[in-house]
Amino acid sequence: MTVTKQEFEKKFGQEFRHDFAIIASWLPFGAKVLDLGCGDGALLQYLKASLEVRGYGVEKDDANWLACMSSGINVIQMDLEAGLSGFEDQSFDTVILSQTLQAVHNTEGIVREMLRIGHEVIVTFPNFGYWRNRRQILTGNMPVSKSLPHQWFNTPNVHLCTINDFDQFCESGNITVKERLVLTDNKPVTFMPNLMGNLAMYRLENTQLK
Amino acid sequence: MQEINSVGIVAPQTAHFDAPLTLKSGAVLPQFDLVFETYGTLNADKSNAVLICHALSGTHHVAGRYSKDDKYPGWWDNLIGPNKPLDTNKFFVIGVNNLGGCHGSTGAVSINPATGQPWGSKFPILTVEDWVTSQTLLADYLGIQQLAAVVGGSLGGMQALQWTIAYPERVRHALVIASAPNLTAQNMAFNEVARQAIITDPEFHGGDYYAHGVVPKSGLRIARMLGHITYLSDDAMGAKFGRKLKDTIKYSFDAEFEMESYLRYQGDKFAGEFDANTYLRMTRALDYFDPALDFGGDLTCALKKVTAQFLVVSFTSDWRFSPARSREIVKALLDNERTVSYAEVTAAHGHDAFLMPDPHYHAILRSYLNNIQVGGKA
Repeated sequence: MTVTKQEFEKKFGQEFRHDFAIIASWLPFGAKVLDLGCGDGALLQYLKASLEVRGYGVEKDDANWLACMSSGINVIQMDLEAGLSGFEDQSFDTVILSQTLQAVHNTEGIVREMLRIGHEVIVTFPNFGYWRNRRQILTGNMPVSKSLPHQWFNTPNVHLCTINDFDQFCESGNITVKERLVLTDNKPVTFMPNLMGNLAMYRLENTQLK
Repeated sequence: MQEINSVGIVAPQTAHFDAPLTLKSGAVLPQFDLVFETYGTLNADKSNAVLICHALSGTHHVAGRYSKDDKYPGWWDNLIGPNKPLDTNKFFVIGVNNLGGCHGSTGAVSINPATGQPWGSKFPILTVEDWVTSQTLLADYLGIQQLAAVVGGSLGGMQALQWTIAYPERVRHALVIASAPNLTAQNMAFNEVARQAIITDPEFHGGDYYAHGVVPKSGLRIARMLGHITYLSDDAMGAKFGRKLKDTIKYSFDAEFEMESYLRYQGDKFAGEFDANTYLRMTRALDYFDPALDFGGDLTCALKKVTAQFLVVSFTSDWRFSPARSREIVKALLDNERTVSYAEVTAAHGHDAFLMPDPHYHAILRSYLNNIQVGGKA
């Protein structure tokens, strides 16, 4: 049973996230889940409440770590960039990288590690090809928006990409895209997703490992 | 003056055990005492007990003071008390002096009933496993079937880990802080130098110095000075002393640098109050602890029967019990799909950081301990 928007907001006092609900729909009940760069643990909290997942978060920031702990989320403090050798091959049902891809340096290495650790991998990221971003570039500035809230000089983002870029990345890396969903304002986008979509969500598996 | 959030004036108690205790080495202790302190109140269903395991030189005196004029509180007083991270309004906290210690529990300085003389060199060598077994007997004595948590730093963390391995049904949570699943060769090497300093002291007399009315002070002093170097980080020593001189260079071997007088002071203080035989045995227990040994070095296998939930904490500047060692424990727990959280605290103090009241470190412990469920109040 998935939690409704109203139930979720009442229970957790935080805004319902459509992307969380989609991630939940991609997981089996009781799945063993690793959330890399789990932030304050909101996603794991949601997945725990809705699917009783056995979840672990990985987070390097002290304040976020404490927020996870306060919510009763298992949280491992480590820097993703330092490697994920602390996790065994294929030891999780699903490994998630939710809106963190754009902020990691060793992007390819981390996606490979996720595919090594999880049977499945979920990656979500803000689509840099979204028309509002393109418009800001055309008018001469780096995009600043709700999904890209930082200025160019203080952004943690280092590897912004478009949906086309990520598709090509998967194709060249022999990574199978099981499912792809694109959202704008919490609504699915099917028409010209690389232009019209704000948030890209991918469900991946590694064909080489299978 | 009333201290804020202190457990106040405390007094130690002694539990006597008549039944012989067979140790891991095969030696038998015919009877023994354990000295301990408690803070807070054991609740009606006895579900709120937390055991604090001490490290190399710790004692049962974990919190509070013995009198209002007592200069120093217990060694982890900054953590334990009403509304402190380990809240004595919620938990019943137990501090115990380990077997072989020199603060009241049976040790080398105690009288061997067979001879009427101090045990001295004849006192057996104890292991972490033996300590934990004796601690379960103390829990029995207090009527506690299952501990809410076992908390320990360094050698104390090894005891917390051992509790979860040997007595999984008797502990719900383990807080393993600045610890390791075993010692590295380098870490054991420091222990060996410390022991050699003591054993080669002419006043050691093979461990039976009590009969000679002397103590191997200079050996114990050097052992402690060495220990202190390894408990601090290079940066912490640099910040605390740097190359500061007490006065000017005098072209002598006196304590001219401030670091030297600090080490000498710490060494003298320790040698005046600690027992050399205890120090030898504590370091040996550290060396021998290796739960993975019986599993071909596979810690994941060694932790298979563990059911407790874990908080593992390390400190970035701790090079004697480095974060990498804590991560080995975390990995073995993850491999077994156990409930575990891990915090790597950014701290400058080296190994000693686990005793410091760093706000973030204490917030970590507070939030973990807050989540522990205990039954109704007594």
